[in-house]
Amino acid sequence: MFNLKPKPFSGGVHPKGYKELTQQQSISRSFTPDRVYLGMQQRNGSMLSCLVSVGDEVFKGQLIAKGSNDMTVPLHSPVNGKVVDIKPYLSSHPAGIKSQTLVITCNGEKQWGEDFPPSDYQKLDHEQLVQRVLDAGVVGLGGAGFPSGIKLRLARKAKVHTLLINGGECEPYLTCDDRLMQEHAAEIIAGINIMLKAIGANKAIIAIEDNKPDAIAAINAASEDFSNFSIKVVPSLYPMGSERHLIKAATGIAIPPGQLSTAQGILVHNVATAKAIYQAVRFKRPLIERVITVSGDAIESPANITVPIGSLVSQVIAECGGLKVEAKRMIAGGPMMGQVLPSPFVPIDKSIGGLLALSEDKINHRNSQDCVRCGNCVKVCPMGLMPFQMAAHSNHDDWQGAQQFGLDSCLLCGACSYICPSSIPLVQYFQHAKSNINAQRSMMQKSNLARQLTEARQQRLAKEAAAKKAAKASKRKRPARARVSQGETNE
Amino acid sequence: MSKINPIAAPHTHSGTSTTNIMYLVVLALLPAALYGVYLFGLPALTVLASCIVSALIAELACLQLQGKRSLAALDGSALLTALLLAMSLPASTPWWIASFGCCFAVTLGKQVYGGLGHNPFNPAMLGRVMLLICFPVELTNWQAISVPDIGAQGIMLNQAWLGIDGISAATPLANLNQLTNWQDLALGKHAGSLGETSALLIALGGVFLIWRGIIRPYIPLALIGGLFVPATIAHMLSPNDYASGIAHLLSGGAMLAAFFIATDMVTSPTSPRGQLLFGAGCGLLIWLIRSVGSYPEGVAFAVLIMNACTPVIDHYLRPKIFGAQSLFKRNKGV
Repeated sequence: MFNLKPKPFSGGVHPKGYKELTQQQSISRSFTPDRVYLGMQQRNGSMLSCLVSVGDEVFKGQLIAKGSNDMTVPLHSPVNGKVVDIKPYLSSHPAGIKSQTLVITCNGEKQWGEDFPPSDYQKLDHEQLVQRVLDAGVVGLGGAGFPSGIKLRLARKAKVHTLLINGGECEPYLTCDDRLMQEHAAEIIAGINIMLKAIGANKAIIAIEDNKPDAIAAINAASEDFSNFSIKVVPSLYPMGSERHLIKAATGIAIPPGQLSTAQGILVHNVATAKAIYQAVRFKRPLIERVITVSGDAIESPANITVPIGSLVSQVIAECGGLKVEAKRMIAGGPMMGQVLPSPFVPIDKSIGGLLALSEDKINHRNSQDCVRCGNCVKVCPMGLMPFQMAAHSNHDDWQGAQQFGLDSCLLCGACSYICPSSIPLVQYFQHAKSNINAQRSMMQKSNLARQLTEARQQRLAKEAAAKKAAKASKRKRPARARVSQGETNE
Repeated sequence: MSKINPIAAPHTHSGTSTTNIMYLVVLALLPAALYGVYLFGLPALTVLASCIVSALIAELACLQLQGKRSLAALDGSALLTALLLAMSLPASTPWWIASFGCCFAVTLGKQVYGGLGHNPFNPAMLGRVMLLICFPVELTNWQAISVPDIGAQGIMLNQAWLGIDGISAATPLANLNQLTNWQDLALGKHAGSLGETSALLIALGGVFLIWRGIIRPYIPLALIGGLFVPATIAHMLSPNDYASGIAHLLSGGAMLAAFFIATDMVTSPTSPRGQLLFGAGCGLLIWLIRSVGSYPEGVAFAVLIMNACTPVIDHYLRPKIFGAQSLFKRNKGV
């Protein structure tokens, strides 16, 4: 209330950070699982087609599955070893949905299967750069998991002029981006340069929250030589890492609801993605591992750790010393927006940036009470919505009412649930409402499609019938054989 | 491994609770209430105690009838209603009238609507208005203050303080326009309702609530503005007929309304602009009722009228969606 520093956007909360658990430890790279589980289904639901079969030897970096189009990024083997099984297995979906999964045992060797001489990105044109990013299977590592190559291509089309790099990391506990910036600043800067060339922009802004002084110093030192780079220190406020809010804090531009940031000439990418893109373009290294934060008060020794994609959560936790108290909840991601893991035997996918094991004490779960209309949710909502009204409408299955109160603009950031004195699970209501609206929409699309198909079929049948009739009529009129056959070939 | 249910994020909580908020508000009210006891003596204490006890009993009975957890009676909301109602009553109110008012406030003002969070009107003000209409004589019989003398012989309690022989006096509201000494008003050394006399202590409590983030400053500021501005203009035009803005602010229940009654979260709007309109409306209505209406005090009526407007205000005056161009587009859109 009496904080005189102006906030870059209204709303937001200050959850306790717990970043000190892992902030001072460098990234550990020693972890190698004995087997990895690679799901063939991607986050957006599309399936990959498998290129290997049981018994095949695979090497680290080998292409083992690919999708039907560019929206489905290819998958590479994260280890040297042998395919031992292809079976339905758990995915990281919170409902524990199973999908077809490749199981590869690891022989412990760490070298890459193929080596490429480092290539100079200056000599590649933008389409080649994008192709390399696509081939490497790079997706946004901030959490959304959108194919980075597609994002770059679309940004070029939209004539983006500014690349904003998200070093916000506003979720409590997570420090993997912080450590990456401290330890791999040069690679991140190089990745940003590649992206700038790929999208044809010239200005790069790296936004970092003010609670990461070491990262700011490292990035500052690494970007000194580039005059088109600027570093923007933003106040630590949740949800600073949200694309719209980071843009507002770093550039002052507020993206209108329903519009993409590229429409305003700004593309946002995460720091970890920048590093992955550098690896993909310079060394043709596919995305087969990522740095995640393993933390929470139930973890014996919290750490930042490089994890091959497909490692099981249980293996990663064992690598971090196991659990010291009972973990009431295991979460993929941060505590504000992360998803509950249905089981400890779930494989890590490309979009998981954190692994938390929290005790009952830290979750602070209480039974929800009636809304007292205190307005705290309205005060903290970073999107300027009225969460309690949206929840009231969602509660009565009135999705349109909820939409009128701005459900479509909701980020699901969880600030409202976090602050609610009645402990109402607002986000749960919104997720429920959103999934219902999506289901309705896809039903509508399906029925539209079905209708179109039926109409087309009827038209075709009518046309065929008419053609037959005409043919019959002409047959009767002109019995000459040669002419009939000619007419048939014409048809 | 424990059983894991799919639960939506966030997986942490700030730790605030409704009960917590209620007791903080009670805490902020206590100085003014205790000062009332100091000024008016045992009668004031009787009113306070009878209100609190009857409100808790009524709350407990309602919860029992509805089959709810009876411990919820201690969530602080009934206590707060009782405290607010008691503070807006004259200290000389008979205990049974005060108790009756409190039972009415808790049952018909809150529980019949479904309990905390569902009542459209401020329960304390509903009780206050009911008492004013049913017991007009008792509710306008203002006891003169009888401050205990603190001298060389220790604390001397006079008869009025002990409630044996109270002296009636007019409240400043009865002849507001002849009032000049506003320091006495601010400190509360005048006749009036038992908890409304010291504008200073009430304002301090309010600032405490704003500092702790329990209330936002919009409603108090707008209410003060909505009362002060028309009063000052009228006073400048016709000083003999209309009291000054300061006198209006510091007398009666204006300050209590600004910081504690109008800011009741259940019955006030939630968006900043809605809160500004709500506060300004309360202030203006208080001035109108006091200056033009037939009742000397208008706080309760003003707050109830604006409570009735809250759903409409909340529906139309929403906050601006982040990045949206204008409000009108957004209300039409989607």
